[in-house]
Order: sequence, then C-alpha cells, then structure tokens
Amino acid sequence: MNSPRPFVLLLLALLVSCFGLAAHLQPQFQAWRGSRAKGDIFNVVLGDSRRMFANQFYVKADEYYHSGYYPTMFDDNAAFQTTHMAADTGAVNDKNHGDEHGFLGPTRNWIDAFGRNFFPDRHTHLDEGGANDDLSGSENVREILPWLKLSADLDPDNVQTYTVTAFWLRMRMNNAKEADAVLHEGLRNCPDSYDILFELGRLYYESYHDRDRARNVWEQGVRLWLKIYPTLDPEAQKDNRFIMEQLTTHLAKLEEDAGNLPHAIEWFQAAQKVSITPGEIQKQINRLKGKLGEEFNPLAKPLY
Amino acid sequence: MKNIFAVAGIVIKELYRRKDFYVLFIVTILICLVMASVNIFNDAKIVRYLKEICLLLVWLSSLVIAITTTARQIPAERENRTLLPLLAKPLTRPQLIIGKFLGCWLACGLTLLCFYIFFGALAASREHQWPLLNYFQAATLHWFMLGIVVAMTLLGSLVFAAPSSNSTILFVIVGGILFVGRHLDQVALTLHEPIRTIVYSIYFAIPHLELFDVRDLVIHNWPLIPWLYFSLALLYALGYIAIFLTGACLVFRRKAVN
Repeated sequence: MNSPRPFVLLLLALLVSCFGLAAHLQPQFQAWRGSRAKGDIFNVVLGDSRRMFANQFYVKADEYYHSGYYPTMFDDNAAFQTTHMAADTGAVNDKNHGDEHGFLGPTRNWIDAFGRNFFPDRHTHLDEGGANDDLSGSENVREILPWLKLSADLDPDNVQTYTVTAFWLRMRMNNAKEADAVLHEGLRNCPDSYDILFELGRLYYESYHDRDRARNVWEQGVRLWLKIYPTLDPEAQKDNRFIMEQLTTHLAKLEEDAGNLPHAIEWFQAAQKVSITPGEIQKQINRLKGKLGEEFNPLAKPLY
Repeated sequence: MKNIFAVAGIVIKELYRRKDFYVLFIVTILICLVMASVNIFNDAKIVRYLKEICLLLVWLSSLVIAITTTARQIPAERENRTLLPLLAKPLTRPQLIIGKFLGCWLACGLTLLCFYIFFGALAASREHQWPLLNYFQAATLHWFMLGIVVAMTLLGSLVFAAPSSNSTILFVIVGGILFVGRHLDQVALTLHEPIRTIVYSIYFAIPHLELFDVRDLVIHNWPLIPWLYFSLALLYALGYIAIFLTGACLVFRRKAVN
C-alpha cells in the first residue's frame, strides 16, 4: 500500500506556494490602477461600461417624469435633447426644440393609429399632475428617484444626477435633509462641481433660509467656474455660461435681499457678461441703481 | 368538443406537475421582495419602479412558460410513441391540435392569474388602491397575446425539427416583434427597393404583439383603454390565433406521426 505522506507533503508545498504567491501579488494588485476590487459591486461587475447603463437609467427617470410618454430611437426626439426633469430645475441649459407634444407625428397607417390606444400618447409631467392631470399629486415626482439613485450609483461622476435628484427632493417632496445628503455625496465624488454648489446654495437659501452659507457656497461656485472655464472646449464653454449666469444672478438677488445693493449690481454686471439676454439684466441693474439713488438721496423722491 | 377538452385537461395537468411555473413564480416573488426592501430616500410610497420590475418578470416568465410548454407538446407525444395511439382513438388531427392549443393557452391563463394577483397585492401594498379594471385589461390583453404565441409555437413545433430550435426561433421572433414591430414601417422607409417592400409587407403581415403590451399604462396609472379598442384588440388576436391554428392543422394533416 502506498503511503499518503508524499501527497500530503505535495499538497502542503502547493498551499505554501499559493499563499506566498498571493502575498507577493496582493500589494501590486492593490496598487494597480486597473483594479476593480476597490469599487462597489457595479464597478466590479460592469467596469467602465456602467456609465453607459447609468445614462440609460437617467433617461429612464425622464421617461417616468413623462409617465411613459417618451420618444424611442425611431421617433423625432428633437424636443427631448435635454431631459425635461433637468430642464425644469432651471439649472441646466435647455437645448430642446421642436414639438414635445407630438413627436409621434400624424398616424402613419391603421396599425399605428390603432396601436396608439395601447401606450401613453399624451405629453404630461409628473410634477404637473401626471397622467391623471391631478395637480394635487405633484409629489408623484418621487417616482423618478429610484432610477436617479441607480444612475448615480453606476456613474458617480455625473453631476446632473445629483442636482436633479436634490432639486425634486427639495421642491416637491419637501425633503431638504435628503437633498442635502445627496448634494454632499455629489460633492465628495465631484469636488470641483459648480453645478452642485449652485444647487446646494439654493438649498441653503430657499429651504434653510441661511443667507451666509448660501453666499459662501455660490461664491465658491463662481471661483471654481472662473478657474475651470478657460480649460473647457468652446462647445462646453457655451454650455457652461448658463450656470455662471445662474450663480451670479442668484448672488445678486441674495445681496439685494440683504440690502447690499452695490454688491448686487456688481453680480448683475458679472451675469451680463455671460448671459444671452444682457438687455434683461441691464433692466435689473437700472432698477437697482434707481433704488440705490433713492436710498442715498431721499429728497429726490417725488413729493406727490 | 369533449375530445378537445380531454386533451386540454391533460396539458393543464402536465403544467402543474412540472416545476417551471413554481420556479419562475418563486423567483419573481423573491426578486420583487428584495427590490421592495431597498430604501430610496426614506420614502415608502415609491412604487412604480417595483411595478415595472414585477411586470417585466411576469412577461418574461409567461413567455418562457408559454413557449417551452407548447414547443414540447407534439414532439414529446411523438418521442414517447403516444401520438399514434392518441390518434387511433376517435380523435382527429385538428382536434388534437386545438386541444393542445387550448390546454397550453388555459395553462398560461392560470399562471397569469397567479402572477397578476401577486402583482396587484404588491402594488396595493404601496399605492393603497386596486384599479381592478386596469389590471383586468392588462391581464386579458397579455393572455390573448400569449394565445398568439402559443398558436405560433404549435405551428413551429410541426415545422422545426426539435423543441429547442423551435423555442429559440420563437423567442427571437417574439422578442423582435415586441422590440421593433411597431417601428418596422419607419425602418422600411429608410431602405431601398425591393427590401423596402419586403420589410413593409412584413410589417403588415406579422401579428403586432406589442399592441398587447400595456405595461406603461398600468405602471403610470393611465386611464382605462376604451373598451371598443380593447375588444378590437382581442378580435385581432383571435384572428391571428385562427390563422396559426389553421396553418398547424394543414401541416399536421400531411405529417407522418410515427
């Protein structure tokens, strides 16, 4: 009968080699930039392809915002270039044009005409009542949140996911606390994002009524914008002017509310440089200048 | 009719003896319960994503049950050499085909009933409402769609050599119709002749299964489908069921049974 001793020893030798090899490779693997082991489950399973899925889920959220009435790749989606749920936050440059109500066009044949009775065929927004046109149900916009959360988990670098989520949490669900948490998570993942800072400022100003923190956050946003803007390509620069206009006009409004009219005028003048409607901002400047004149020259007020 | 119902009864018994339905049903329940347990911004009223996932699983499960159950009916009878004794009884070939169809279709109906009851309970647990008529319309349209699929599969089982190839081809066809069937006419417009005419003809010839997919209406709480259009859709389905069953009877008439 053969002794099992050589086999046991061989097994031990193999185990020791395996352990030694693993101990040798582990530090190198940890230091390797291509390692997936550090990330979450999505990173491990999907790698960088998760960003593609993230965009799908982001669009899915907008589809929910329309209660299922959404163009497919075969339809005319000129009116859906920018997701409506993002455009309605007022923090995104809206690139939509065309007919958002009738992207299906006229009926093509009897099958198409008949088929339109079996899927959503009317343009609605969840925050405006949704499919039942029930304006009291605007908090139904909560239904977009699971897809936004999933999208943020899959692509933590997409800034818009955080701002859109936070806006709807704050505005329609009165959940400023969760919105605050979402924005701070966004800032941890994208520390140089002036879009997130803008939304955070709105949260502080409109929900917490904390003027000082809002001012600090917005001013930091402006500083970041001034730092990053020159490094962008012309197309991205064009898109990013909108957020600067938003930051500066909100700062101007804040300063006006605080009674710092000269500061408010300065911010409006900054907004004028990036705005596509400088004339409108000039009206605001003139209004503030008039107000300032009245403040320092009370006798100039009409007597009657 | 007695013979047809006897054959149908055997098919239904076969379904509840097999484990396919139970496995798919339990998997659906488990996935839905796990998804329901996810905390989304501490809001317990969010429900539509759950409805969507549940309905997607119901659709997938029902298609798997319908196609796999139907695809093996006649090949299994032939393989087990029970087809000849069956036809030796006072049972005609068309009666066998119709009996098999009816059995599979009713079995699909029973599984759908279980799935939709679970779906309704799941949705009601969050929404606190039960739009029964909407669910009735969705389930009925779904069932009639499965009727077309069952009839197609039955015809396929007489044309294709093996149940596996039949199932695969049917999954591809049904998936293709559900995904692009509605847009085939738009695709045709971008093509050159004669492919344009061919694609356009396919568009008008295929059964438009996507008409019966009213999940979006249920998920987003849209109002009921007008009953006239609902009834016309059922008639449309019955028309295609009749066409495929007639085709199956014609093929089976000349088919060697041994």
